[in-house]
Amino acid sequence: MSEALLKVEALFCERDERVLFEDLSFMLHAGEVLQIEGQNGSGKTTLLRILSGLSSHYEGDIFWRGEPLGEVRENFLAEMLYFGHQPGVKAMLTPEENLRWYTSVQPALDRVTIYEALEKVGLRGFEDMPCHSLSAGQNRRVSLARLYLSRSPLWILDEPFTAIDKRGVAEKEALIRQHAEMGGAVILTTHHELTAHDGLRRINLDQLAGTNS
Amino acid sequence: MNLQTNQQLEIKEPALMSGFVAVLKRDLMLAYRRKSDLLNPLIFFLMVATLFPLGVSPEPQFLAEVAPGVVWVAALLATLLSMDGLFRSDYEDGTLEQMLLCPQPLFLTVMAKVLAHWMMTGLPLTLMAPLLGVMLFLPGEGMGGLMLSLLLGTPTLSLVGAIGAALTVGLRKGGVLISLLVLPLYIPVLIFGTGAVQAAVTGLPLVGFVALLGAMLVLGLVLAPFAISAALRISVSG
Repeated sequence: MSEALLKVEALFCERDERVLFEDLSFMLHAGEVLQIEGQNGSGKTTLLRILSGLSSHYEGDIFWRGEPLGEVRENFLAEMLYFGHQPGVKAMLTPEENLRWYTSVQPALDRVTIYEALEKVGLRGFEDMPCHSLSAGQNRRVSLARLYLSRSPLWILDEPFTAIDKRGVAEKEALIRQHAEMGGAVILTTHHELTAHDGLRRINLDQLAGTNS
Repeated sequence: MNLQTNQQLEIKEPALMSGFVAVLKRDLMLAYRRKSDLLNPLIFFLMVATLFPLGVSPEPQFLAEVAPGVVWVAALLATLLSMDGLFRSDYEDGTLEQMLLCPQPLFLTVMAKVLAHWMMTGLPLTLMAPLLGVMLFLPGEGMGGLMLSLLLGTPTLSLVGAIGAALTVGLRKGGVLISLLVLPLYIPVLIFGTGAVQAAVTGLPLVGFVALLGAMLVLGLVLAPFAISAALRISVSG
């Protein structure tokens, strides 16, 4: 798999009359982990929202497997997993119900291993508790359990380690690396120092205009 | 864990339906767990019918005359009252983003959400309407027309209201704006809805009114989900 999964060309984004990044180009190949760095407000989340197709406030071109993103949107969405700022967990439902719902609307998620996934994120015994009675970290773990169910090649993760304890972070980091080794690709933002490995690359948004005064 | 290849990811037809059913079931389950949201419009509906005779006149003849309008206006406002919450909680906890990122067409997701909303407001309102009719001395002949017009009219109200809800979901205080956006579009439904009931009471044929309500519903079913989807994309992207 040498073909680039995601190719970004001359991406430009402006927000509230402030240039967040301009002429941003990069390629993401299978087996790579791309860490987006930058200080608060440098546009990390905005970039991830653009790449996932949630936001269209940009100029430039994004290609998925060599085709313009707009034309292959459905295929792209079926092969992408997005983890956003809000965990996307319904407070009135239990962790199991939340995950079951995700597996019904996202064909790329595997529904047979829900219990194993919940066990892996340390929520065994909480399957039947409504999520509003769980802690913030546990709620994010419910959403992160999707990573264990996912068969999508591309993961886009916005601050996946926020409110997660040390051991959880180490596990997720290992999972991300394993995903890359199996031919997947990950784009993530985090303020956590990732252990260097072969596939890890970094892009710093501070150098790309906007925030450095 | 195998990574899927492009060919394997072709979305199958049954998957479309299962996505629709999953969203519908989830919304119904959420409503069932938050019964206060479910009861709020119904209690409002009942209160209008209870207070109206106290405030205006308990005269049966007068009440019978205004009953179609009162019941319809109450149903309309009760629907409007429940509209703001349609996408709000999904927007706040991030599940709306995830819905937009589902590979299935947003059209279906939106239809499922509106259907769930109607099943929790429009349908119970329609079923409760005869009770209000009796409280307001609506003649027995009008009951059929009242139920039928509400059955056809309330889904249109849900569909049109959802456009307003989708447009304002990204705003901090969308409640007032929804009413302003949506009320003008509710007026035709109200006019033909009450028209149908009045025709039923006086023994005139209903067909014309019912056909118009039906036409508005079909138009709403076909076009509103596109407008709602587009509005949601704009709201989330902002």
